[in-house]
Amino acid sequence: MSVVEERYDVCVVGAGHAGCEAALACARLGLNTIIFTVSVDSIAMMPCNPNIGGSSKGHLVREIDALGGEMGKNIDKTFIQSKMLNKSKGPAVHSLRAQADKAAYSMEMRKTLQSTECLTIRQAEVSEIMTDHDVITGVKTFSGAKYFAKAVILCTGTYLGARCLCGEVINYTGPNGLQPANYLTDSLKKNGIEIFRFKTGTPARIDKRSIDFSKMQEQFGDEKIVPFSFTTNPDDVQIDQVSCWLTYTNEKTHEIIRENLDRSPIYAGIIEGTGPRYCPSIEDKVVKFSDKDRHQVFIEPEGIHTNEMYIGGMSSSLPEDVQYEMYRSVPGLENAKIVRNAYAIEYDCMNPNQLLPTLEFKKIKGLFSAGQFNGSSGYEEAAAQGLIAGINAAMSILGKKQLVLNRSEAYIGVLIDDLVTKENYEPYRMMTSRAEYRLLLRQDNADLRLTKYGYEAGLISEERYQWILEKEKLIHDEILRVNKVIIGANKNVQEILESFGSVPLNTGTTLTELIRRPELSYESLAQIDPERPKLPAEVCEQVSIHIKYDGYIKRQIKQVEQFKKLEEKKIPDDFDYDEVDSLRIEARQKLKLYRPISIGQASRISGVSPADISMLLVYMEQQRQKNRAEGK
Amino acid sequence: MKTDTIAVIATAMSPSGIGIIRISGEDAFRIIDKIYRSKNGKKVLSNEKSHTIHYGYICDGERVIDEVMVLLMKAPNSYTREDTIEIDCHGGILVMKRILETVLKNGARPAEPGEFTKRAFLNGRIDLSQAESVIDIIQSKNDFALKSSVNQLQGSLNVKIKEIRQKIIHEIAFIESALDDPEHISIDGYGERLKKNIDDILVTVDKMIASSENGGILKEGIHTVIVGKPNAGKSSLLNLLVGQERAIVTDIAGTTRDILEEQINLNGITLNIIDTAGIRSTEDVVEKIGVDKAREHVDKADFIIYVVDSSTSLDENDMEIIEMLKGRRAVVLLNKSDLSPLTTEEQMRQFLSQKIISVSTKEHTGIDELEETIKDMFFHGELDFNDEVFITNIRHKNALINTKQSLSMVLGSIFDGMPEDFYSIDLRNAYEELSSIIGESMEEDLVNEIFSKFCMGK
Repeated sequence: MSVVEERYDVCVVGAGHAGCEAALACARLGLNTIIFTVSVDSIAMMPCNPNIGGSSKGHLVREIDALGGEMGKNIDKTFIQSKMLNKSKGPAVHSLRAQADKAAYSMEMRKTLQSTECLTIRQAEVSEIMTDHDVITGVKTFSGAKYFAKAVILCTGTYLGARCLCGEVINYTGPNGLQPANYLTDSLKKNGIEIFRFKTGTPARIDKRSIDFSKMQEQFGDEKIVPFSFTTNPDDVQIDQVSCWLTYTNEKTHEIIRENLDRSPIYAGIIEGTGPRYCPSIEDKVVKFSDKDRHQVFIEPEGIHTNEMYIGGMSSSLPEDVQYEMYRSVPGLENAKIVRNAYAIEYDCMNPNQLLPTLEFKKIKGLFSAGQFNGSSGYEEAAAQGLIAGINAAMSILGKKQLVLNRSEAYIGVLIDDLVTKENYEPYRMMTSRAEYRLLLRQDNADLRLTKYGYEAGLISEERYQWILEKEKLIHDEILRVNKVIIGANKNVQEILESFGSVPLNTGTTLTELIRRPELSYESLAQIDPERPKLPAEVCEQVSIHIKYDGYIKRQIKQVEQFKKLEEKKIPDDFDYDEVDSLRIEARQKLKLYRPISIGQASRISGVSPADISMLLVYMEQQRQKNRAEGK
Repeated sequence: MKTDTIAVIATAMSPSGIGIIRISGEDAFRIIDKIYRSKNGKKVLSNEKSHTIHYGYICDGERVIDEVMVLLMKAPNSYTREDTIEIDCHGGILVMKRILETVLKNGARPAEPGEFTKRAFLNGRIDLSQAESVIDIIQSKNDFALKSSVNQLQGSLNVKIKEIRQKIIHEIAFIESALDDPEHISIDGYGERLKKNIDDILVTVDKMIASSENGGILKEGIHTVIVGKPNAGKSSLLNLLVGQERAIVTDIAGTTRDILEEQINLNGITLNIIDTAGIRSTEDVVEKIGVDKAREHVDKADFIIYVVDSSTSLDENDMEIIEMLKGRRAVVLLNKSDLSPLTTEEQMRQFLSQKIISVSTKEHTGIDELEETIKDMFFHGELDFNDEVFITNIRHKNALINTKQSLSMVLGSIFDGMPEDFYSIDLRNAYEELSSIIGESMEEDLVNEIFSKFCMGK
């Protein structure tokens, strides 16, 4: 019997948010790429919340876009409501979030994949990876077909060994009742990959017609919509938006939950996987925050052409009958008809400390992985990793320099560094508090930070790159100009200041100084700045932020300079930690396990002390001097 | 590792003729310009040539601290290959301390153990053979630093710092959870409340800074412990050394019984003396704690005074003490020389090689010889003045001052009407400074605090 055998440059396993970005990046760089999915109808499916972005996740989408990824463009084409969160806070935490039309989102992404050259879509369950002396050679499907490739990218999401739990009822399926992948885990284990088991959950979907919206508060989108993608013309996204709705749980809800806790698979001990603390089920919220007499519930549409509404804030794994009782105790949901039950899902993922910051496995050359398989959670986190894994798989095949973003450059850098360097016992979610240099990592300047990397990789056009260079220059020049504009204490100026409730001037000052006053801004002072050139809005925004927060930004830049010195001290691949006598045992074990690429990364590994880092530095310098003396 | 500007007292922390404070790093000249005044007040040292010496004064603002000579070395022609300044001052401990503090206040940070040598090495200044010693320094000094910051920092200060940290991280976690989940958690109008809390914290921090100014956080000096069986005459000896019946007796936290501490000055040498509970095997729980404590003190001591009651025979308790003394810096006092001896110097010799002196605390004899012995040991370098404790103190104080500064900046941000996310930048810095005192880190703490205290959505 003969089996199918095909050859590709890259195999991508899984067509969720990570897989799509990975496959698109490789194919767009000219590599012959095949993407596997258990169901072609589930490409870029959103099995949980119907939105893209949100605090810090919005940053990720912007960064993906600046690097030449697809997520931002795709949501701009398919959103039905959009909001800039934290608008009253500083620019570093402004975050875009859009409600997606799930079906449209999935279809648009599928269209993009289908129209990309060099990209093949294949519905099949990958059951094995093939290796030869620790180098990947391809994958095998359940039907026995072999696909040879120079690189394989695992983006298996929540499908590996998946089971869904709804009270006592257990379904051995992936999300949304889709077919799970039951064989790949064994093959990975055979190849020495350490596997974890995580869990996550989703709330019920309820028929719109059964909801009484008059008992809820309507939540509107922003009046002026900002697109995610830097390439989307803002005029094109000013659409009619649909609303979300806010209601609350109450004591009765909590009572129902408490009475039925023993029927929750988590509290009954049936679930083995570790769940995320940041998106607790409603059971968890009621138990852990028993002092709260109510919790918010957001009712969000799943799309234009569906009646299903997502019940945000009430994910659960309680049995079906309890779910009815519980949801119906919430004002507006008294007559709720459930379309899909809430459920918890358990799945196999792996310990990401087995990866390099390039997302390639340390032990298996050419094998990359991204997304929930790496122990993260969230569409945006997955897409970000998928893009980086895709770029790096391509770079390694093309013999070009791989892309590693550091913590001072991007949220993506923070995300990947946290995953591969820190101990991670729950699905990892991006948070702005994880980014120590967040004042520099704003969503508004993602293009300025990252376009050059996308351009170097080959995913950003010449034209787009040239615009970034031009934009940088315009910003720079305007900041200098504003600093030279002297404002006299004349009557006109005083009147204008007064109109903003600002203290009048005693003597002349610079425009820069005035802009720094909390009640004033670059935009509002245009009238006393007659020489101001006409600049694009995105340039003005940067000028404004830079002048206003100059002191804070400079302090953070200084911290970054310190940080970078350690990041730039690279540790050679073949560094032998056993040669460094003075390392403490714990540090030596950890360093050998993690094999950090730089002194900076080494310093973030738990169990490695500053003294150990000093030892490493001294030892490395010693080696350098020795090599130099020996003329190497 | 870091390349910011560091400073250290380069000479021994003992009263000597001259003291040297050394500064290294890119800000060295900027700092010296701020604190140096020439005689005519016009000279700016950063404009002067490398390898020149300048007479003048070190000032803290308007106040003159000391008359000094300043030696300039510009990069790369210095030990560390960085811009380096040496300030030669009068050798009093207080003066050196003040100058160092002024330097720190103006932008340097206290050097880590062995850091000057490490920089010299990493900048290619010293050769391979010297590198071995760098590793030794880092290792041994770090062991101490670890011990001193975690072990010696006992009691109320540690508790207080943890309390403040807890308060600060709670505020950060609240801000952060609201930023991460703005639709579930609102922080509107939070500035006012935060201001009140920070004002409260600042009062405590100020008090801690003040208390670190008089006397230090950790007791400086030669860590000395008096041991012996009950009634051997330990307390009498301590009283004699102090020179009077003790008016004030300090209790050390954690010991409700039997451990007393005094600081005395012998010819300019500071001894930090702890009088322990008498050591004898015991079943009594309360007393057992006192004895365990005594052992702990002996383990950590720089110098041990073993008081033997020579009018009784050596017993198992003495043997236990003798075991602890092997290889340690110690003197043995055969007390009660006024009574007929049952234990003699010859007997003691069989067990211990340390100096043995006959004394009578009752008749006040032999005490001069003890003082003379301690002085000799010190000047022959057998006894170390523990300058690491001093450095640890400076570091703690510096961290407290930085904490204060960061908290003040939070108040500044509130006053300026900055958005809430700016508060957490400086709150984090304050938290990290405090953490550096007790040797803990932020990362996990914050995430845990956020998830455990605030109910996040989805």
